[in-house]
Amino acid sequence: MMTRSMTAGRPVGAFLALALLFVLAAFSPAQAEVKIQDVVSSKGVRAWLVEDYSVPIVSIRFAFRGGSTQDPVGKEGLANLMTGLFDEGAGDLDSDAFQLRLDDAGAEMSFSAGSDAVYGSMRMLADQQDEAFALLRMAILSPRFDVAPMNRIRDQIIAGIQAAALDPSTKGEVAWREALYGKHPYARPDEGTAETLATIVPEDIRQFHARVFARGNLAVGVVGAIDAETLKRRLDELFGALPAEPSLTPIERAEPKFAQQIDVTSDLPQTTLQLAWPGIERKDPQFFAAYLMNNILGGGAFSSRLFEEVREKRGLTYGISSALVNRDYATALAIGTSTRSDRAAETLAIIRSEVAKMAAEGPTEAELDFAKKYVIGAYAINNLDSSGAIARTLVELQLDGLGIDYIDRRAELIDAVTLENVKAVAKRLLSPEPAVMVLGPAISQGAVQ
Amino acid sequence: MLGIHSRRLARGTAVALALLFGPSAMAQEVRREPVSDFMLANGLEVVVIPDRRAPVVTHMLWYKVGGSDEEPGKSGIAHFFEHLMFKGTKNAKPGEFSRRVAEIGGQENAFTSNDYTAYYQQVSPDALPDMMRYEADRMRNLILTDEVIGPERDVILEERNSRVDSDPSGILAEEIDATIYQNHPYATPVIGWRHEIAQLNRKDATDFYDRYYAPNNAVLVVAGDVDAATVRKLAEDTYAKVPRGPDLPPRIRPVEPEQNTSRSVTLKDPRVGVPSFQKNWLVPSYTSAVREKLDGEPEALDLLTEILGGGIRSRLHQELVVKRGIASSAGAYYHGTTLDDTDISFYGSPRGVATLAEVEAAVDAEIAKLIEGGVTQEELDRARNRFLRSLIFAADSQSGMARMYGSTLTTGGTIRDIDEWPDRIKKVTPEDIRNVAKKYLSPDTSVTGYLLPAGGNAG
Repeated sequence: MMTRSMTAGRPVGAFLALALLFVLAAFSPAQAEVKIQDVVSSKGVRAWLVEDYSVPIVSIRFAFRGGSTQDPVGKEGLANLMTGLFDEGAGDLDSDAFQLRLDDAGAEMSFSAGSDAVYGSMRMLADQQDEAFALLRMAILSPRFDVAPMNRIRDQIIAGIQAAALDPSTKGEVAWREALYGKHPYARPDEGTAETLATIVPEDIRQFHARVFARGNLAVGVVGAIDAETLKRRLDELFGALPAEPSLTPIERAEPKFAQQIDVTSDLPQTTLQLAWPGIERKDPQFFAAYLMNNILGGGAFSSRLFEEVREKRGLTYGISSALVNRDYATALAIGTSTRSDRAAETLAIIRSEVAKMAAEGPTEAELDFAKKYVIGAYAINNLDSSGAIARTLVELQLDGLGIDYIDRRAELIDAVTLENVKAVAKRLLSPEPAVMVLGPAISQGAVQ
Repeated sequence: MLGIHSRRLARGTAVALALLFGPSAMAQEVRREPVSDFMLANGLEVVVIPDRRAPVVTHMLWYKVGGSDEEPGKSGIAHFFEHLMFKGTKNAKPGEFSRRVAEIGGQENAFTSNDYTAYYQQVSPDALPDMMRYEADRMRNLILTDEVIGPERDVILEERNSRVDSDPSGILAEEIDATIYQNHPYATPVIGWRHEIAQLNRKDATDFYDRYYAPNNAVLVVAGDVDAATVRKLAEDTYAKVPRGPDLPPRIRPVEPEQNTSRSVTLKDPRVGVPSFQKNWLVPSYTSAVREKLDGEPEALDLLTEILGGGIRSRLHQELVVKRGIASSAGAYYHGTTLDDTDISFYGSPRGVATLAEVEAAVDAEIAKLIEGGVTQEELDRARNRFLRSLIFAADSQSGMARMYGSTLTTGGTIRDIDEWPDRIKKVTPEDIRNVAKKYLSPDTSVTGYLLPAGGNAG
């Protein structure tokens, strides 16, 4: 129905200003039916498991720390290309044979690369799990990376890069990333370029796989019709033969450059505005204060200040939101919107003014109370809609080092945040000059300040 | 949607499910309470889909009205009205309902298609009574003023800018539809034509509201951590108090005339880096096939689409992308869950030194080959098994289940259709597939859309 459907009459998802990932995941302590088991195999492979038999399927998701930031200089796009090849032949099966077996097994397998990790997942029917796990094992331990499928997948990626190359929003993304991150790997495109992809040979991919796929940087989440004892065996089969530790290139912290304006002038019907301020580490004691502040400013609900001022009162945009961005080597608070070009200066001025007001005064007690209820209640709904979503959450919790009891502690941590905490963190994060990108017809400089 | 891969199991996840509860050849069972449905005295149909895995309920109210029910000249009013439903009522201040949802960490939204409009909230079960009270309230008690309508119309013009005018493939998709459909309102975009959106006003909105928003034109779907008896009691306390509206006439829309020409629609745009094409034909939907006594054809079209263009094991992908290496993508999709005749689409985009013309010729050749030689039993078995197992995977998503029931019941389908779908899929033969291909996929009646770089050409 999607081609004929105007979905999402009102925007929900954050319009992410940075091409960055942010996942804040957790479960409700009040709804502790979701029991997470800590499972450790005889070879020391750990997974978090939520056992559930109401639907006869098993979902597994895993992550190896070290994503596209591990691409060697000049071979950008390597991690992304590799993840296109796991169903293109493994062990003694070539591409065609592997895909047919996978289809027969009724399993769905997927791999992807983020900047900080390589992810894999499989969803399978419980009664065909032997065959499904056997294929996943081959993909993880003995992918072939044959030259013919590699060339094909590379050509497809290049076609995608070329297809987007002339779109001004692509230019905007590149300009924004490079302006913010300078020489850091985060400035590079995850998918690489036609030039860098052309230099990659199967041996590069094999080396990358050998460096990154290890037990020491692995996080696993499993949900569904499987018990802990069975899972232990599976974990050893899937991951037991991997090296104990990865061989990762050390990545320095990024120091994003704020206090700058980037203009990407283009004749478009709308102007896209992106703004970024310094963010906050996940481990910072004030993280939840910042999370609540962001929620009030432009996060989750339809009732945020930015939504109210820019959309509801003035009809300047269809969507506006803010988000905390937490990556392994950088953080930010980002705001993004698209607005009618003739009123882009006005929109930008309203955003700046709302941010300044939040920095100066913080939220009200009532706003904070409301936001606490929202963020405490929201995670069960955001994270429990399917077993795939739960498995994803289990992996993210482990990557963030939050502990298996995090779910039980989360509401307490949120409730403990005071108005003073939020005011202080608002001032801290929002006082500096942001990075601002204006993508679209030029707007007057005067209005930007 | 040029250049965009269709979801492999679109139909499977959109319709499906029956397997779960009906007699099944599958060895596995979904351990759940059964789906139940009942009707209130005022004509509101209620469907309850228990799912006890998490303390969450999805509450969706579907109206049997969409963009294709609009008066000529008022395009976009169904979608515009959907936005206006978030304003205040006689009993709830503007934003109060949304605040109540947010206060408990709930999610809410709404969407409009050609055939239906739906509103939903995902909340914890203890908030369900409130959701039902607010949703029943705004079914009849909305207060519409010029003060709320003006800014919201601007929001929608920006939505149109974002979705359509900023995206060459969005612009082309609108014009392809306007070409496939010569008489039927599927020709008109759900969001509306810009000049008509700009004219929509309070009277249009209230007229639309009074005509279509009533319990006897709606379906309530509640999925999640709740049982049917509870939903029934809550519905009696809320929705049942809304008076039945006037009987609406049957949803009979203008029917397409015979199509006698092949047509093409071309957009050249400097934002396009790689050309692509999409070739479409008018075909029956699950509902129109019943009316037109074409039983079994939508099932055959679903399987035809899967075999020719559904995912990486399809003929188009294997031949064009893998074996010949001339395409970066190639596939097909078919959306059968519509009230009236729908379309089937094939698409492709070149890679390397190949041209768009080569890719199009290769797609044409695959279609011709299927018409000539049919499909093998093995291909059919594989496609069918993918559909059937998608039913089990579909049961994993609470909101997906609610959408499947809601979209089927507001496009002329029934719960029995959902229950029987697996058996009907199992009955399709290779001959059935070849027959629908032969009947519908004639080069003489196709509508082809080309998305080209500035200065490019389709040849």
